[in-house]
Amino acid sequence: MTRERGGIAAWLQAAPYALVLVMFLVVPLVLVVVVSFWHATDYDLIPAFSVQNYLDAFSGCASTTELCVTFKTYLSTLQFCLLVWAITLAIGFAVAYFLAFHVRSVGTQTLLFIVCTVPFWTSNVIRMISWIPLLGRNGLINEALRGIGLIHAPIEWLLFSDFSVVLAFVHLYTMFMIVPIFNSMMRIDRALIEAARDAGASGWQTVWNVVLPLSRTGIVIGSIFVVTIVMGDFVTIGVMGGQQIASVGKIIQVQTSYLQFPAAAANAVMLLIVTLLMIFGLTRLVDLRKEL
Amino acid sequence: MAARREARPASFYPLAAVLGLFVLFLYGPMITIFVLSFQGPEGGLTFPMRGVSLHWFAQLWQGLGVVDIAGAFRRSVALGLTVMALTVLLSLGAGLAFRKRFPGSTLLFYTAVASLIMPSIVVSLGIGLQFRLIDDTVKAALGALGLQALADSYSGAMGIFSSALGAHLSWTLPFGLLIMLAVFNRFDPAFEEAAADLGASPWQRLRFVVLPLIAPSLVGVGMFGFTLSWDEIARTSQAIGDLNTLPLELQGLTATVTTPAIYALGTVTTVVSFVVIGATLLALKVTRRRAADRARPSG
Repeated sequence: MTRERGGIAAWLQAAPYALVLVMFLVVPLVLVVVVSFWHATDYDLIPAFSVQNYLDAFSGCASTTELCVTFKTYLSTLQFCLLVWAITLAIGFAVAYFLAFHVRSVGTQTLLFIVCTVPFWTSNVIRMISWIPLLGRNGLINEALRGIGLIHAPIEWLLFSDFSVVLAFVHLYTMFMIVPIFNSMMRIDRALIEAARDAGASGWQTVWNVVLPLSRTGIVIGSIFVVTIVMGDFVTIGVMGGQQIASVGKIIQVQTSYLQFPAAAANAVMLLIVTLLMIFGLTRLVDLRKEL
Repeated sequence: MAARREARPASFYPLAAVLGLFVLFLYGPMITIFVLSFQGPEGGLTFPMRGVSLHWFAQLWQGLGVVDIAGAFRRSVALGLTVMALTVLLSLGAGLAFRKRFPGSTLLFYTAVASLIMPSIVVSLGIGLQFRLIDDTVKAALGALGLQALADSYSGAMGIFSSALGAHLSWTLPFGLLIMLAVFNRFDPAFEEAAADLGASPWQRLRFVVLPLIAPSLVGVGMFGFTLSWDEIARTSQAIGDLNTLPLELQGLTATVTTPAIYALGTVTTVVSFVVIGATLLALKVTRRRAADRARPSG
């Protein structure tokens, strides 16, 4: 396969793929950036170059006494992001470690892996609403706690709350952590573990100084998935928060539904910048192309 | 392997417990709604069960309020199959191209990765804007040509097989390419070289050597395409016309439907996913067995 022979043929083979990405990713993103500087009336988009949409998003943010809506929303979304990231990472690492190092036969490994993957085949919304009969006011948990006399009135914060949002995120997206971390762990040369043990490392020391650094790629890839999903989310926060909790994604969605496209676009650009900065920070740690 | 026969380390049991709890956490809620979808006609959204019936499935079939579930179901299946076919074809083409390192390949790779990690709401908004601007342009052009009647009757380019299809592809194609790259990274070119030495044309090498070898992965790409499309909400949300897909209807119903019919809908969509994946795994098994049969020396 020489470079010259590859030229035209390779281009033709990749062209349809590239074309679809240009049409449905590149052009839309460019439009989002462009329209974020436009004006709009109730019916029309008016081409312009104005930073008014950005100024509007930050209106009131100069105040030092109280946080403006935008900052508050970003803060709350970042909080969700951090919390979900920490929990999914902890569970994901533990489960992946168990599957990679403690399960000894490949057959059992595959079986357990499939067991973990099966729920993933169900629609996300279904997996969200499936918490209602458990967490609701008359749900299983409240009924059980009341049954054993631990509480007298139902606990209200179980459903349609920050708690249920985080729970649903962890429920939905821990697999995104497990798969890449497991993948990285399976590539660790087992001789290194033995060497660490022979050198006198305790179990914890081996995990901390050998396994953790060598699983870095998987951790970074999983983290990128979880961070981008949570940052842009509006479905999970909407359904599990009873449509009462604000998020950056939800602002964009609401503004679009009122046809305030330039304002939505300005928020989308800011979301994009924040997310890309977070991803950039994470990718500094790893070269993605080498890992495939 | 003798070294592995030693006693289990102390950390085995707590970690096994973590996995057990995690699996319970994954399955518990799903099993609950599966059971509750067979709730009796008198029953509600929570336990206890008041009898066992198919009442809520019947309700579902008749439609929930104004929502045409059967129509949304058909649209989602049709869209999923289209996305599946296009994902396989386009990813295969791109995967083959990437074996030859063409100029711009790095850019294309990073564009695909960008599509994967771009917040879906942003992509969705962009596609929505794009189609709105297309509509405005078309209407203005028709008006300028003096075809006002045509301009008034133009209903917009957004729809299941235009904007929604594009939104889904922007989500499935990166997965397709990553799988193809992983497959070809592990692909032994010796088979092709042998075929070339025996006088096979490039097309024959593709058709009779490469494709049979990577067939299982292509089936996997197709399955990914369908299931990702079947569930997709975030990217479709702002890029859909008048007719919704099933997950979008479902999301809307969570706010309005307060009967176990919504659990019945959950059970139905889950069964579809399981059937698709089951069929895929079966297809993989069959192709693998055929390949094994062929590989076995006949003499």
